[in-house]
Amino acid sequence: MNVSNILLAAPEIWVFTMACVILLVDLFLREERRGIIQLLAMATVIFAGFITMRAEYVHDGTFIATAFNDSFLRDPMGDVLKLFTYFIVALVFVYAKSYLRQFNMFRADFYTLSLFALLGIMLLISANSLLMIYLGLELTSLSTYALVAYDRDSSRGSEAAMKYFVLGSMASGMLLYGMSMIYGATGSLNLDAIGAAVSSDKRDDLVLVFGLAFLVVGLAFKLGVVPFHMWIPDVYEGAPAGVTLFIAAVPKMAAFAMAFRLLQTGLGELHADWQQMLAVLSVLSIVLGNVAAIAQTNIKRMLAYSTISHMGFILLGFAPGTGAGYGASMYYVMVYSLMTAAAFATIILLSSRGVEAEHLDDFKGLNQRNSWYAAVMAMVMFSMAGVPVFVGFFAKWLVIQATLEAGMLWLAVVAVVFSVVGAFYYLRVVKLMYFDDPETEVPISATLDFSLALSLNGVLVIGLGIFSGPLIAVCMRSFAA
Amino acid sequence: MQSTWPTLSLLIWIPIAGGLLAAALGERKASHARLLALAVSLLTFVLSISLLTGFDRSTANMQFLENKAWIEYFRINYFLGVDGFSVPLIFLTTFFGVLVVIAGWEVIRTRVHQYMASFLVMEGLMVGVFSALDGFLFYVFFEAMLIPMFLVIGMWGGPRRVYATVKFFLYTFLGSVFMLVGLIYLYTQSGTWSIPEWQGLPLGITAQTWLFLGFLAAFSVKVPMWPVHTWLPDAHVEAPTGGSVILAAIMLKIGGYGFIRFSLPITPDASNSLDWLIIMLSLIAVVYIGFVALVQQDMKKLIAYSSISHMGFVTLGLFIAFAIFRHGVGSNAAALGVEGAMVQMISHGFVSGALFLCVGVLYDRLHSRMILDYGGVADSMPWFATFAVLFFMANAGLPGTSGFVGEFMVILAAFNANFWYAFLAGLTLILGAAYSLWLVKRVIFGAVKSREVAALKDINRREALILGSVAVAVIMVGLWPQPLVDLMHASVNNLLAHIQQSKIPAATIATAGM
Repeated sequence: MNVSNILLAAPEIWVFTMACVILLVDLFLREERRGIIQLLAMATVIFAGFITMRAEYVHDGTFIATAFNDSFLRDPMGDVLKLFTYFIVALVFVYAKSYLRQFNMFRADFYTLSLFALLGIMLLISANSLLMIYLGLELTSLSTYALVAYDRDSSRGSEAAMKYFVLGSMASGMLLYGMSMIYGATGSLNLDAIGAAVSSDKRDDLVLVFGLAFLVVGLAFKLGVVPFHMWIPDVYEGAPAGVTLFIAAVPKMAAFAMAFRLLQTGLGELHADWQQMLAVLSVLSIVLGNVAAIAQTNIKRMLAYSTISHMGFILLGFAPGTGAGYGASMYYVMVYSLMTAAAFATIILLSSRGVEAEHLDDFKGLNQRNSWYAAVMAMVMFSMAGVPVFVGFFAKWLVIQATLEAGMLWLAVVAVVFSVVGAFYYLRVVKLMYFDDPETEVPISATLDFSLALSLNGVLVIGLGIFSGPLIAVCMRSFAA
Repeated sequence: MQSTWPTLSLLIWIPIAGGLLAAALGERKASHARLLALAVSLLTFVLSISLLTGFDRSTANMQFLENKAWIEYFRINYFLGVDGFSVPLIFLTTFFGVLVVIAGWEVIRTRVHQYMASFLVMEGLMVGVFSALDGFLFYVFFEAMLIPMFLVIGMWGGPRRVYATVKFFLYTFLGSVFMLVGLIYLYTQSGTWSIPEWQGLPLGITAQTWLFLGFLAAFSVKVPMWPVHTWLPDAHVEAPTGGSVILAAIMLKIGGYGFIRFSLPITPDASNSLDWLIIMLSLIAVVYIGFVALVQQDMKKLIAYSSISHMGFVTLGLFIAFAIFRHGVGSNAAALGVEGAMVQMISHGFVSGALFLCVGVLYDRLHSRMILDYGGVADSMPWFATFAVLFFMANAGLPGTSGFVGEFMVILAAFNANFWYAFLAGLTLILGAAYSLWLVKRVIFGAVKSREVAALKDINRREALILGSVAVAVIMVGLWPQPLVDLMHASVNNLLAHIQQSKIPAATIATAGM
């Protein structure tokens, strides 16, 4: 292996190094100088962005390179996803700082755990072998399990972490079992080799499809689609809002990449088999997510069910098995992260005096308390509902277009009808903010960096909609070849 | 023809930018927000006059074209242009854009800046709907428009405003997602989003029928047609005066415009084979909803039902063309129907807008919309009574007012299709007169009902200005509709020539024949 090969993983190496450095630096810092940790963490993700962008092949969008015996892959899709992940993580760090300080949880552990989770996400995005996928997945999962229990005195948090850990481990087990069968049937851990073996005539269909079923179950657990969604509402509700923000917004991008690598790169030939499974999973998620969200009074739970329906849409983009479909899903997952980050940031913003603003009623009369933040949240809600001209509409449109192009009319119709059902509960949040009077006169205060980040986030929700061309083109070109 | 001066873009973006600016002014600068809104809406109105004068009436071609790539990857363009159908509607929009700002001047006291902002943004988006020639762009404007209206009804509406506004939003949203599926299907078939190109796209009858139903879902809710009209009375009753005016005067027209822009030219064969459905629904709206209007106790509800009934004429006038062609009467009668529908849309815009303004005037004084609370208003408000009677007469279709022209043209055309169509449509002349005049009798004339009514103050200059300007428009269109008809004549003939040609691919016909 030559040196330049290793350098393909330079962003990962950098993030790993910095996570360790932060861990060490924290030991020598006094309480009141913890702010340095935040700066270091921000610097880490920003420089990771530069390193990713400086890769020599970025100028040529079609370049694909592998390292570590083909188990690590750099391609345009991965780079775009990574860059976007850094951006979201940077937003999350800004939002979370405010939350952690308010709730007296501002410790370095949050940043080291987040950075290790980020490392796992990056590995997942770049994974090109079953082993690498498992490695990345476990790194992400273990870090997030710990994050959920970050507030160690909270019984809800511990319960959520326990649930997350047990169910997540089961999902990992399923995934591992599926992987072992795939390995048994194809004789390789490398996804390209698996793809080649599956295309050849000598494949063992029974074992392969059996393995595939377990893989899909594992994936469904990690994405949180129905009927493997049970953990999502509890974890979202139980974890501290700053952590929920991270769990909701960031790992989904890795889950998308993992699903793409496993299903398309590895088992693309079995498309007819997994198409059916994904279609059922996605329709169930869209239906149940949107219907169950209506009954929620806790906004974290509501957003959890909303996430389930969004994951349904993302899986729906996989069903056609076309470049347009994957592009649509990729666009959707990025847009989803952006919207979710803003939604949880608003929850953090409204939390005061050590109480999280997790009830829908906490949003009452926000427009009269601060019209700009109300406008940001309203834009996010309309965007999630799929109303133009916000980004969420474009994401839904791309997915529906991809399914229609593949001739799956009924899937598209179910998806659009239930997004109308979903519009109801998003509208309810807008109603609370705009049509009701506030119950409290507590002024809304935010630090400068928080309000700048949230404003940027809100502007992007509409700005990326009005100028949606470039990002759509980037996503579509990632799968054009 | 590429326009050098982007008139349409300015008409769309000046109000939107003005609206955002007004919202940014904040609660404390209410008077600034009012002045800004007035200035912006007047500027837009003046600009729209240049659209009228610059428009070439002799051709059916799209004019004032603007075409720029928007989402290049899927060939979506920022493609704007107007023809004889859209110009009068855009003019109507900018006209009422000014009036609602003035109408809300003193009446709206809370969150004035957001009120003005909502109306300005809505105005820009509605102009966008009427000028978009790209299917995707049309959908974006069509849907985005719901947001300001949702906020207007919900923030400044009556006691059941939340129910009304959510119902309004979800009804329209549900209808339009089916259209979205249809639009995407058209893109997958044609590889373009351009509406003019879609109009030339050959489509089999099955595809056309599904598309037609998708369009119908979106536009019938918007018009609204019976039986998907139930959101309208609720929305009207709860909305503030300005909201009702925009809803009745312009938003309903977007449904009719959609039929003209999408259903008729893109799916002519399906329209031909399903015209009975639309005609039936239209006649039910005209007759049945007319009866429903008769029994209303709430003035706004009465006008809302009267709107549904009158919009029945629009859909009737558009779709009897096929029956007329089948009778071989020739395209003059069909043109009469379509032109009648268009005149009816413009006229109904003026009349219903004015009626809601009248009710608003009464409501601002007595805070009641119930017919029973009034009586003898003419005694204390003679000027108001003059205007109100004029508008209710126009609503009843009195010759000399705009209300007469459109209905007369449509009924005349309907005789060429089927006597019974014309007969049933003609019933509106009786029903419309009945509910309009009965309301006038109970509210305006008669003995003075109470001390409050006796103490009513007549309209002030601001209200006189609003009602007077609409009155001028109503009488002008009523006495001299020729300029309006001329404006759309070429486009109507072009549309009729277009819908007479089957778009079913030749190969399909051959196989169907075998």
